[in-house]
Amino acid sequence: MELTVNKGLAWLKTINEKIQEKKDYLTDLDQAIGDGDHGINMARGFQEVEKKVEANDYADVSDLLKDAAMTLMSKVGGASGPLFGTAFLKLSMSLKEKDPVDYPSFSTAVGAAAEGIKQRGKAGQGEKTMVDVWVPMAEYLQNAQEFKPDELETKAKSAMEATKEISAKRGRAAYLGDRSIGHLDPGSVSSYYIFAALAETLQERK
Amino acid sequence: MVNVGVVLISHSPKIVEGIKEIIRQVNKDVPIALAGGTDEGEIGTNIDKIITAIEEADSGKGVLLFFDIGSAKMNAEMAVEMSEHEQVKIAEAPLVEGAYVAAVEAGIGKSMEEILQTLHKNF
Ligand SMILES: Nc1ncnc2c1ncn2[C@@H]1O[C@H](COP(=O)(O)OP(=O)(O)OP(=O)(O)O)[C@@H](O)[C@H]1O
Ligand SMILES: [Mg+2]
Repeated sequence: MELTVNKGLAWLKTINEKIQEKKDYLTDLDQAIGDGDHGINMARGFQEVEKKVEANDYADVSDLLKDAAMTLMSKVGGASGPLFGTAFLKLSMSLKEKDPVDYPSFSTAVGAAAEGIKQRGKAGQGEKTMVDVWVPMAEYLQNAQEFKPDELETKAKSAMEATKEISAKRGRAAYLGDRSIGHLDPGSVSSYYIFAALAETLQERK
Repeated sequence: MVNVGVVLISHSPKIVEGIKEIIRQVNKDVPIALAGGTDEGEIGTNIDKIITAIEEADSGKGVLLFFDIGSAKMNAEMAVEMSEHEQVKIAEAPLVEGAYVAAVEAGIGKSMEEILQTLHKNF
């Protein structure tokens, strides 16, 4: 795997594509166990990210992801803004001076991002938040020897689906407690799109 | 007199406007800055708005932040980390009562530490 500035740009654009396409679905998920703004928040935020990164030139992947992070923090709103903002900021910091980015550096960076989300949200695994996708993905990447896009996508999907069976302990859904069981966590679904977009972008044939 | 400033953070612009009205009935001097809603005035919270409010409320004696539900505290924490102002603290107290108590104390010249102690005792 090799993540260049161009691939990074393609990754961000693919995330935006997916989020715009699933905007209403994400909002429906959030309506069930939250305040129903997740799709709107994410669509607004990633639209702004695309606008921002299109208008600039980047020396390396780290710079690119930093701009994405700052845009997410100020434009997404909600809890997911500071959380995804922190995730991308940690990716950026961890990938400083690494260009192009290779597989070991990338898995370390995802580890830092997962840790960042946990700290920012004061959340642990199993509390029905996006942590339930980021932590298993960081572990998976660290244990896998090489980058396998299809496997990455499958892992992210099953981590996301597993949030359905658990009870929320953090975020808006926590107010519902066990009534949140049976519903997917919206932030985990959008985290899945982020990893799915990565897998798509880094497919060899692309 | 220089007073400790108060920043009100809520998902709703109307909530913070209302609290400010309640406080202004009893005190006209304490700096109160509002960070209600998103940058488009919708329901939510926004880091940039909070940072701007911290700047507005700081007259040299420090600033206390009050927040409501969900992401408000998380965004307040990020804003404190990102803001260049030194004496900025997040108050762990209910938004309406906490901000009211803090403003009254700030109005009689109490320091940040003193106000935080009062809040700690009361809530
Ligand atoms: N404390 C937390 N730690 C980790 N993730 C969290 C936390 N709180 C919320 N989340 C994630 O954020 C998602 C919700 O994002 P959304 O954009 O809808 O914000 P929100 O909860 O509506 O914010 P707000 O509290 O401002 O209304 C959840 O599905 C969950 O994955
Ligand atoms: Mg929401």
